[in-house]
Amino acid sequence: MVSGPGEGHYAKPGLATEEESFDFVVVGSGPAGMAAASEAMRRGLSTLLLDEQPAAGGQIYRGIEAAADKPAHFARLGADYQHGRALATRLRDSGAVLRYGAFVWEITKDRRLTVSREGRSTLVHAGQILLATGALERPVPIPGWTLPGVMTAGAAQILLKTAGQVPAGRAVLAGSGPLLYLLAAQLIEAGAPPVILVETQPADNWMRALPHLPRALRNPALLKKGLGLLKTIRGAGVSRFAGATDLEALAGEDGRVRALSFMRRGRRVEVECDLLLLHEGVIPNMNLALALGCASRWSDTRLAFEPETDEWFQSSVEGVAIAGDGAGIEGAQAAEQQGRIAALGAAMRLGRITRAEAEAEAVPPREALAGWRGARPFLEALYRPADGQRIPSRADVIVCRCEEVTVADIRDAVATGALGPNQAKAFTRCGMGPCQGRMCGPTVTALIGQIRGVPPEEVGYYRLRPPLKPIPLAEIAAMAVASGGERQDAIRDRLPGGG
Amino acid sequence: MNASLHSSDAIVIGGGVVGGAIAYGLAKRGLSVTLLDEGDVAFRAARANFGLVWVHSKGPGFPAYQEWSQRSADLWGDFAAELTADSGVSPHHERRGGFHFTLGDEEFEARAQLLRRMHNQQPPGRYAARMVERSELERMLPNIRFGPRVSGASFSESDGQASPLHLLHGLMGACQARGVRLYGEHRASAITREPGGAFIVTAGPRRFAAPKLVLAAGNGNPPLAKMVGLEAPVRPQRGQVAVTERTERFFHHTGSGVRQLPEGTVILGSSEEEAGFDTSARSDVVGQIVHRNIQVMPDLARLRLVRFWAGLRVMTPDSFPVYNQSETHPGAFIATCHSGVTLAAAHANALAPQIIAGALSPEMAPFTARRFHVSKAA
Amino acid sequence: MFRRLPDAAAGPLVPVTIDGQGVMVPEGESAAAAALAAGMVPTRTTPVSGAPRAPWCMMGVCFECLMEIDGEPNMQGCMVPVRAGMVIRRQEGARRLPAMPGTSHEAAGASLGAASGAPAAAPANPQG
Repeated sequence: MVSGPGEGHYAKPGLATEEESFDFVVVGSGPAGMAAASEAMRRGLSTLLLDEQPAAGGQIYRGIEAAADKPAHFARLGADYQHGRALATRLRDSGAVLRYGAFVWEITKDRRLTVSREGRSTLVHAGQILLATGALERPVPIPGWTLPGVMTAGAAQILLKTAGQVPAGRAVLAGSGPLLYLLAAQLIEAGAPPVILVETQPADNWMRALPHLPRALRNPALLKKGLGLLKTIRGAGVSRFAGATDLEALAGEDGRVRALSFMRRGRRVEVECDLLLLHEGVIPNMNLALALGCASRWSDTRLAFEPETDEWFQSSVEGVAIAGDGAGIEGAQAAEQQGRIAALGAAMRLGRITRAEAEAEAVPPREALAGWRGARPFLEALYRPADGQRIPSRADVIVCRCEEVTVADIRDAVATGALGPNQAKAFTRCGMGPCQGRMCGPTVTALIGQIRGVPPEEVGYYRLRPPLKPIPLAEIAAMAVASGGERQDAIRDRLPGGG
Repeated sequence: MNASLHSSDAIVIGGGVVGGAIAYGLAKRGLSVTLLDEGDVAFRAARANFGLVWVHSKGPGFPAYQEWSQRSADLWGDFAAELTADSGVSPHHERRGGFHFTLGDEEFEARAQLLRRMHNQQPPGRYAARMVERSELERMLPNIRFGPRVSGASFSESDGQASPLHLLHGLMGACQARGVRLYGEHRASAITREPGGAFIVTAGPRRFAAPKLVLAAGNGNPPLAKMVGLEAPVRPQRGQVAVTERTERFFHHTGSGVRQLPEGTVILGSSEEEAGFDTSARSDVVGQIVHRNIQVMPDLARLRLVRFWAGLRVMTPDSFPVYNQSETHPGAFIATCHSGVTLAAAHANALAPQIIAGALSPEMAPFTARRFHVSKAA
Repeated sequence: MFRRLPDAAAGPLVPVTIDGQGVMVPEGESAAAAALAAGMVPTRTTPVSGAPRAPWCMMGVCFECLMEIDGEPNMQGCMVPVRAGMVIRRQEGARRLPAMPGTSHEAAGASLGAASGAPAAAPANPQG
């Protein structure tokens, strides 16, 4: 139906499904993707970079080039953010083909990507692929998390970076992880301090984190930065409540969030707010990798499934690498180094450089990577989310936001014989909505594991289906018309379907 | 190994809609039943089933299948009610009639011919399908704007739809309510027979014993069938389906290639591909499915495709079901088909009683796997 | 729920209509961001229960910011940059098929195009 590489191009104007070939196709223009594309161009690989967003940067450097044009705004966002500008400039100068507003909705093992852009889908054949799809925030399924006015901390940060928007009323930050401190400090700098910061990481996380402290101190910049943020927060008079449990977002009469309620030292506390920003760390955004069938394993320290990769970040699927936070959360600086290493690996597999050259070139980024990794075990242990924030216990809590499937529904599905998320999905529609399980997958796996008393790797994860995001039927039909005309040979029009 | 033996009146192997319906039918009639199933990612045909309760084109050249499908469709209303009562889960059964839309005159004429053939192989007055010209179609479905190439449809009031997933969920719940012991992650690996007559099934870490055994493991049946003197001439046939975002209900009838579920999503299907056990789905094939259906209903073009995927039909050489009792191992039955939703009511309420009685009734004789020997000899 | 800092606007102000009100919004800001600043909360009601919702992630993942943009239902507001003249409305429950009575958007010409073999003019944001 669709000719492969070497079988010629379609050239029917207006109708044809465009097909292109590149040595190296990078999905995602965060630090890993930007660094990889630049590195690949240096090695002479024809390189295409695709990103769904309108500009380079990924989420961490979101809107970096536009922000750099606004000095006061840029200064406020801090040095870590500003670092992304050099990466974006290098990418722009690299000569790589950059396509934004481009969403990869299908990827096959023969390294064919189907890309939707401006209402049209086209095919790209890749010699090598790098998935640099970054991270997404872990869902925080507390009671009331679907109320208008409850968002992620990352969402507020994106509003600040891209639109210069800050909370207009009383904002409460709640959860666990360094991003909460960073956001609080950024909001303070912007003159919109949060009311309070409610921290949910268990107090005994400290005990488990301490053994990792010496290694973290070998690269003290990171920890110093954290202490600086805490100082800014303290200096602004924003109070921090530690050890909060049993969070609940309460609704006002207008149906929006009215207050955050939580338990602390045996007493229930209620804090009025107009905006509740939740955060329990980030997890790899690996829908594309999973849909492709890349092998993954459960990380018990990072509480997430992660793809299995080799020393060049190649996944279990030949010719497909995964680097950056999408391969396991290690932060922006580590992602950048991983991107470079992955590009060298791709060049090596394509025969553009020898293994010896690749090994030699990979020494500096590998050393840098090791340095950035030093503090991770400490941070992972210190900000490990509490089970209560990750695995909802109240029966009425919504697990799947799209299909409004509750904890009770999942419990019922397990009681009726669902052993894992796929049978639970079949029984309840959990994960069948437009977000394709991104918002409920981690919760469903954790919840079923808890109910059954088995570890997450035994429960497993959703089998992911294309398209990775909804696309208009017209768009997929147009591809069929262009590539096969009226051919109906595979369609079952003789007899109706299975019944 | 001397693991303890779990005994019951009947063992059903296969926890899909076929095995589930039979287990439910057996348990409802007082048998203690053990239902053995695979894990979370079994080749579960129900997961890619289109959800038709369909009669009007079933069984050309095979009147017994036509009759069996009609009988099941007629039993479905009561079956849905009892399933809902037992499980609390409605299979969302609706019987408002089904259309098969035709594009161009050639398709219309071919369809009319098929209907004539179907009509002629049934007793007078039994077959309900008829051809509908485009003008009549537009009157029947005023909510829908048809594409210029639509020539008409065949239509039968016998046809309807159900949710394969709710059916599966409901069957599992109803089985439990009726005391069926469900063992997930217990893939059957060996079947032997005790001198006394009971079948011993080894599945996962356990062993199960029962005087009656039903093989309903779909594409997993062939190796099991051999162990008890049965045949399972089945192969997987891949079918891809696509589903859209939720849309306000506009299509209350059933269509053979397009139908709208009560919750609002529109399902489009399906392909027939010989690809072994490969369940990968590809936009090339789905694009053709979508293209055809947009020609039928152009307004579908604006809906968003949320998901497409592939499932494996359980296909016999002539596509019709196989029901047999073993001659060498009486008490062992096989039930295999690719229309587990349409036939669920018959499996629970017409087949299960025959299994309990210990003999398939004479009208089931055409479904024997021996029919394939005859054609080979011919 | 949000306000704009004076020194960090995404672009020059352009006129748009949000929830029936004419407002000036920085060009290039996402439709979801514009809706939040204009106070269009909730931004949708669900097709399942009619529950009110508003954006959750702002990065294209959660599909909570679905809204009607220039007549096209179920658009991901956080992925669509604002342009002059844009009309942003709340997504109320399930979308309708274009031909159904009461549909605000007329797409007859475009979708009939697909029927004759040519693809329909696709909506501005295919990911919506």
